[in-house]
Amino acid sequence: MHDFLNGLVVLLNYVIIPATTYGSQLALGALGVTLVYGILRFSNFAHGDTMAFGTMVTILFTWLFQSWGISLGPLPTALLAMPIGIVVTALFLLGTDRLVYRFYRKQKAAPVILVIVSMGVMFIMNGLVRFIIGTGEQNFDDGTRVIINPFAFKDATGLDQGLALRTTQVITVVTAVVVVAALFWFLNRTRSGKSMRAFSDNEDLALLSGINPERVVTITWILVAILTTVAGVLYGLDKSFKPFTYFQLLLPIFASAVVGGLGNPLGAIGGGFLVAYSEVAVTYAFKLVLKYWLPAGLQPSGLVQLMGTDYKYAVSFAILIIVLLFKPTGLFKGKSV
Amino acid sequence: MPFLIGEAMTGGYGAADILHDCTIAVEKGEIAVIVGPNGAGKSTAMKAVFGMLKLRKGRVVLDGTDITDLSPQDRVAKGMAFVPQTQNIFTSMTVEENLEMGAFLRRDDIRTTMEQIYHLFPILRDKRRQAAGELSGGQRQQVAVGRALMTQPKLLMLDEPTAGVSPIVMDELFDRIIEVARTGISILMVEQNARQALEIADKGYVLVQGANRYTDTGEALLANPEVRKSFLGG
Amino acid sequence: MNSTMKNVSLFVGVTILFGIAGFLQSWNVALDMLVVGLISAVTALGVNMQWGYAGLFNVGVMGFSALGGLAMVLVATPLRPAAWAAGGWLIPIGLAIGAAAIALAIAIWNRMPKGRTRGVVVVAVLIAGFVLYRAVFDPAVSAVEAINPSSGGNIGGLGLAWVLQHLGLSQETALELSVWAAWPVGGAIAAGAAWLVAKTALGLRSDYLAIATLGIAEIIITVLKNEDWLDRGVKNVIGLPRPWPVPLEVNLQQSHAFLALCQSWGLNPVTFSSITVKLGYVAIFLVILALVLTLAELALKSPWGRMMRAIRDNEDASEAMGKDVKRRHLQVFVLGAAVIGVAGAMMTTYSGQFVPTTYQPLRWTFLIWVMVIVGGSGNNWGAVLGGLLIWFLWVEVEPLGDMLMHLITDPMPSAWPLKAHLLNSTQHMRLMTMGLILLLVLRFSPRGLIPEK
Repeated sequence: MHDFLNGLVVLLNYVIIPATTYGSQLALGALGVTLVYGILRFSNFAHGDTMAFGTMVTILFTWLFQSWGISLGPLPTALLAMPIGIVVTALFLLGTDRLVYRFYRKQKAAPVILVIVSMGVMFIMNGLVRFIIGTGEQNFDDGTRVIINPFAFKDATGLDQGLALRTTQVITVVTAVVVVAALFWFLNRTRSGKSMRAFSDNEDLALLSGINPERVVTITWILVAILTTVAGVLYGLDKSFKPFTYFQLLLPIFASAVVGGLGNPLGAIGGGFLVAYSEVAVTYAFKLVLKYWLPAGLQPSGLVQLMGTDYKYAVSFAILIIVLLFKPTGLFKGKSV
Repeated sequence: MPFLIGEAMTGGYGAADILHDCTIAVEKGEIAVIVGPNGAGKSTAMKAVFGMLKLRKGRVVLDGTDITDLSPQDRVAKGMAFVPQTQNIFTSMTVEENLEMGAFLRRDDIRTTMEQIYHLFPILRDKRRQAAGELSGGQRQQVAVGRALMTQPKLLMLDEPTAGVSPIVMDELFDRIIEVARTGISILMVEQNARQALEIADKGYVLVQGANRYTDTGEALLANPEVRKSFLGG
Repeated sequence: MNSTMKNVSLFVGVTILFGIAGFLQSWNVALDMLVVGLISAVTALGVNMQWGYAGLFNVGVMGFSALGGLAMVLVATPLRPAAWAAGGWLIPIGLAIGAAAIALAIAIWNRMPKGRTRGVVVVAVLIAGFVLYRAVFDPAVSAVEAINPSSGGNIGGLGLAWVLQHLGLSQETALELSVWAAWPVGGAIAAGAAWLVAKTALGLRSDYLAIATLGIAEIIITVLKNEDWLDRGVKNVIGLPRPWPVPLEVNLQQSHAFLALCQSWGLNPVTFSSITVKLGYVAIFLVILALVLTLAELALKSPWGRMMRAIRDNEDASEAMGKDVKRRHLQVFVLGAAVIGVAGAMMTTYSGQFVPTTYQPLRWTFLIWVMVIVGGSGNNWGAVLGGLLIWFLWVEVEPLGDMLMHLITDPMPSAWPLKAHLLNSTQHMRLMTMGLILLLVLRFSPRGLIPEK
């Protein structure tokens, strides 16, 4: 029993807690990708950079608040700055839509043209973020670091392994749940939300019903600003902020959205967790867990690691390809525009 | 002047005209049916009335107002409703949400209208929480008609509402359409099942190559031996 | 002005730009830009084949470039007999076991009747294959990587130089000649990878293909960063040979003939040696570019190219007319990747080292896309022009941005932290400029500078 619990604590520390946190971040990111795909009908390559942009604005205001001596006590100040980050990002996205995307929407340009256009936006946002905050790593978490201290846990339970739970991990999961719940409430219960779903489902019929496409697009970009900024800030609090890392998040986020079924919000969440758990589980060395769980004679000599941690992108990618080959509309049935 | 008239319409999608001086009209509360062989321009005539086609000549007048230059969306606001032949429902949304979306432009209480539609199509009440895409073909058509009726239109346009449904469902659907007309809504529809459609029609239009060939009451067209021989299979 | 005149004047314009850089900055800088510009033009030709001819959306250019670069390590470095003796030969066997397991699993999946048994058997084959592969592969890798890890630790070259040496050439010359082989081999490696990609991902819709290729490129780079036995990973492979007969600068500076020449013309030997070397690269790469361009143009104007474009413009109609769309797409994807691979190998040759961490998607994938779009999708001359012009701008935006920023910040007091920040961040302006150029071209001249005919 003692061994089982020790093994469980190790598993929690290195697989379940990190994967759940990461999964929440990916799910929020994938929701944004899926919304853009469902409404504007293209894969937005600027998504990772939008996350970086929202996070950067939040960090700048966090620093400002810190210099004024404002804080949230045990919670990170970034949570206070996040709404400002969202507003600025929303304005930026709406401006981009007005200046760039709307022209192609009016022309009914092919999705692939919009993808290339989003590459241009990606360049600009990427440059802007690097220009303003630099390429370096930024840590901006100033709240209480831990909720469960591993040493205190060991003392209290008498186990060999200490459970570690950081504040940012709890904040990530709680915030993600709140945001996702609010988003689903919006999409399923409000007139505007339903009109978005209708537009995504059948654009022509939505127009026949008098739904204003420009209004739907505006709401979509605002939701994308919320989702990307929240996802980016949570990722940055949990790990750290670095523009290039955010750019690279594009791949697991796309994988999550596609695996779940592009255009399907529920699928984005499922996909996010599937990708996160697979990435962590495939690249984790299970030696320590198995040491506790297997009888003395069967204990492994190797690390019991399927792949090196650097190959985590390969995992998201492999899932992506397998799903696309066997179920092209995704596990949760997305749309194929 | 009829309630709606598409008068001497000439036009097409590209350079070549599909419609040639074609006239379609409906009186208030009546049913008008457009029939004709494949490729006669039946759906095109309907689309022209709804503004989905640019006219080179002719005009469309609804209730005394010239609407020739209005977009389809603006025509919806003027009291026209259109049920496309395919992709005429929101498949991922529930039946009730489909009806709500039909009433998107309305700001007043839509519950009475919804009740009327559930009364007209009782099966939809039972399935109102189900995704519309999961319903059978006939039920989907009911959702499509219901969605269009939610705007409380004065004119309902149906593009081949019975395409791909069984004969029993077709009869049922025609009965409902008569009921709708009795509430004072004018109906304009394109039909492949010419004989059955003309049976319920107040007015029938037989189009050939984008032009009016025969125009008469449904009854008279059914009795006309020429029409029977050429278009109703004897 | 007819279109030929316009196109010629565009190329003249780009030449003038390089000339201005030569006069105002230095000929070394201008020639350096020209060499990389020529390489970029070859890469852009490859992307243009995939996108311009066939409408295939490949966002994994970086991966194919890097695989091309790998060829320099495998072909133009000395053989390491110790590594093979230590068990290096088990590495290909291990890889073959892995590949065989996957092939077997696919065969079983296709042959066996649908059902639970099939799933179980396939999974069992894959697991058994994986365990066996790791059992053979892991110890071999450890053995190879343990040999002289500070300067070696990899399997080294595959032996071409060794063969040439046994034919009586010096090691130096053997390696320099091998470089010429490394370019086509780079194309072949990239083509092989592209064939695998095409087999799995080409059936996908355009934006899925984009995401898939984006992922493949990341994975290729991850492999190159981590598989030390192959290319020393992040420890890099440095000191790669020059292509024969391009000399080293030091050798030139010690050559009496060269020094005498410098003296008679009144040139600085250090500067002139480096210019000579770059001129050598320009000459070789111009020949390669001309060759690739000629072949690309011939292909485009052949019935094959016309069919390709017909398929691109209407896939369904072409399929209905009995064209094997999938097969044509596979062909053009593999061909385009091969060209990208050749360019990747040329780039590694020019930089003289293979550094996996330098492969960043913005520079190696998305910048190439800017070249193709700005030059004119579907037009080979456009791709070449785009490659030269965009690379020029990519390099020159930095000093220009720096000048501009100095001008803007000049009135600010030097104590302001904003001033220092602005002056330090000018290098990121090139990203914004590229984005702006791409958006402006897409908006106002969507068919590019030299549109498809």
